[in-house]
Amino acid sequence: MSAASAEDRALFRDSARGFLADNATTADIRRWMATDLGYDREIWQRVAGELGWPAVPMDEDHGGLGLGLGETALLMEEMGAALFCSPFFATVCLAGSAIRLGGSDAQKNEYLPAIAAGELTAALALTERTGRIDAAAIRAEVKADGDYFILNGAKRFVVDGHSADLLIVAARTPGSAGETGVTLIAVPGDTDGLARQALATLDQTRRQADIQLADVRVPRGALLGELGHGWPVISKTLDLGITALAAEQAGGARRVLSLTVDYLQERVQFGRQIGSFQAIKHRCADMMVKVESALAAANCAADAADTGDADFPMLAAMAKAYCSDAYFACAGESIQLHGGVGFTWEYDPHLYFKRARASAAMLGDAAYHRERIAVGLGL
Amino acid sequence: MSDAIESAEDQAFRAEARDWLTEQLEGPFAYVRFRGGPGEEDEEFEGRVEWEKAMGAAGWTGISWPKEYGGRAASLSQQVIFYQEYARAGGPGRVGHIGEGLVAPTILAFGTEAQKQRFLPGIKSGTELWCQGYSEPAAGSDLANVQTRARLEGGKWIIDGQKVWTSLAHKAGWCFVICKTEPDAPRYRNLSFLLVEMNQPGITVKPIVQLSGTSEFNEVFFDGAHAPAENVVGAPGQGWKVAMALLGFERGASTLGQQIGFESEFKEILAAARENGTAKDPVMRQKLAQCWIELQLVRLNALTNLNEGTTRPGLAAINKLCWATWHRDAGELAMEVLGAEAEICAEPPYALTRMQSRFLFSRSDTIYGGTNEIQRNIIAEQGLGLPREPRP
Repeated sequence: MSAASAEDRALFRDSARGFLADNATTADIRRWMATDLGYDREIWQRVAGELGWPAVPMDEDHGGLGLGLGETALLMEEMGAALFCSPFFATVCLAGSAIRLGGSDAQKNEYLPAIAAGELTAALALTERTGRIDAAAIRAEVKADGDYFILNGAKRFVVDGHSADLLIVAARTPGSAGETGVTLIAVPGDTDGLARQALATLDQTRRQADIQLADVRVPRGALLGELGHGWPVISKTLDLGITALAAEQAGGARRVLSLTVDYLQERVQFGRQIGSFQAIKHRCADMMVKVESALAAANCAADAADTGDADFPMLAAMAKAYCSDAYFACAGESIQLHGGVGFTWEYDPHLYFKRARASAAMLGDAAYHRERIAVGLGL
Repeated sequence: MSDAIESAEDQAFRAEARDWLTEQLEGPFAYVRFRGGPGEEDEEFEGRVEWEKAMGAAGWTGISWPKEYGGRAASLSQQVIFYQEYARAGGPGRVGHIGEGLVAPTILAFGTEAQKQRFLPGIKSGTELWCQGYSEPAAGSDLANVQTRARLEGGKWIIDGQKVWTSLAHKAGWCFVICKTEPDAPRYRNLSFLLVEMNQPGITVKPIVQLSGTSEFNEVFFDGAHAPAENVVGAPGQGWKVAMALLGFERGASTLGQQIGFESEFKEILAAARENGTAKDPVMRQKLAQCWIELQLVRLNALTNLNEGTTRPGLAAINKLCWATWHRDAGELAMEVLGAEAEICAEPPYALTRMQSRFLFSRSDTIYGGTNEIQRNIIAEQGLGLPREPRP
């Protein structure tokens, strides 16, 4: 993947920031999060049609811009700052990556241009009851039946799974264990035997779904790659996905700090702006350290993916672990530093706090990724 | 500036530095390899003085200086490269770092031509060592409150007062002294930056016994000490401005070399954890992984500061806060990994192991050069634009 120049990236960032400032205020977010879909279809069409965001990581042969994870992460950072509700993460960063990495030419031709154009949404149906992302947690089963495959099982915590046009489902061959026997299968959302419900979630800005697979029958051509050999694609998809999510977390942390600093400069007690008290300033300083570090961690991991650095999995784990902790800490501090109004529904800190909590748990929490690092360090 | 993209010129520079350092440090100077540094300032001191001279003779001191003063006019990326190679080769703790890193840039920026001619060659050749006369008992974080006074009398500065936390004062030939010369001028405009010879009857140096049991720092007493009238850098009364500029020079490329030292310290902790089995403990695995993550962030924040520090206020303070805190935390983690064994000294009566020494000495990292609390003030006020503390 080629990286855009620093100047191009700066322009790209300005345009994303400008669009989100105009079209995704927290009043908009609050409206979208109350809908069944969880985002605004018309805005998403504009994001795809006018701005080309879902085309960013797709290659040019598939209607894409041929850019890298660096640019995807930049967009995720800005979307995270705005708490933007959109199918970008599920469609582009997760399901789209799985198709790019594991799909046949025919599958790529069928799905990637449609995703790039904003015509198709997709979700990665990986996690189940445990919420874990290791191979052992995949219990749904796939069995051959003549020229067809039959899927059975239950998926849970599937981001945008309630609404996606296409599900990329992870399942295993009966009797297999661990990383062997795992397969990815593309299942259209309207396939018979597939039932799904959006879950009521603490963070209302991003939907998660339960999905039941009861004798879901798909043709042989629905398999991404070979039967039983899907784990390497899932593993790489997850590292790309957690890096994008880390950038989103870093962006959220950045914004929650800046809105807190704004408030601290307005609010007067004891005849002083409360931001002039050292007890408060030092907490803000620690937040800024976390924000700068989170941004650096996510960017470092994204660059490693784009340059083919062998350390990418370690750096992706670093980014997700650090950004999960940093965002949650900053969002929690934001509530505290806002005082009483920080505890209200009306002020925005709770929206960030809830998104931070949800993202921290998503696709492996900080402890999970630290354990990966420990293994990588040879411990 | 990433490690990945390096110009042909920089690659050649790296090769030249690596070749020379390897040849020397595996050859005649093998005995100073990995010696010295914070907490171990007395190790092989005379050998490290010889090393400083050898570096000077081969053109590896003052590499960033203009060529007319004996430098190489090395770019920022080349300075980083040199520090990386120096650390990789196991280069010893520099005895000339205060002269090279602090005094020389200050003289180059604010000094007269005569001062450049007089002082730069001694720094370059490693024949004149320097120490820093900043802190005083009543002027730590509040540096502008220095009480040491100097007055011009008969064409000389006469200096009275006391400095503290002066590293290398017992070894250095020269000291730069920030002192009050304009008693009637307002705060920040009443100070001067003087260059003072240490070997004179009016100066007494007393070592401070630190909590490590060793004495890297000193008290320096000035009792009618003198310096020639021309040994003032910048005009009298401009000392604060010069002193603050000097602190800016302190946070340059060298922090990336320091990073390599940190990496080898981290590897020692990992090795200890593997050896005694704590690496199997799930809680310790989490802590070791977090330590690794934060070590990467020390490096990334140093790079951000190097690249954007001049345009984004607060980054230098973030850099200092991060590395100092990491080093202190790593010192604690090493002790935790060693468990009961951490308690036992290398030799009686109180010779410390390297890990013990780091554990204790790293408590100073979050104090000197601006405490963590001062760094947080700077981050909040300059980085985030929060209102300043009410000042006296």
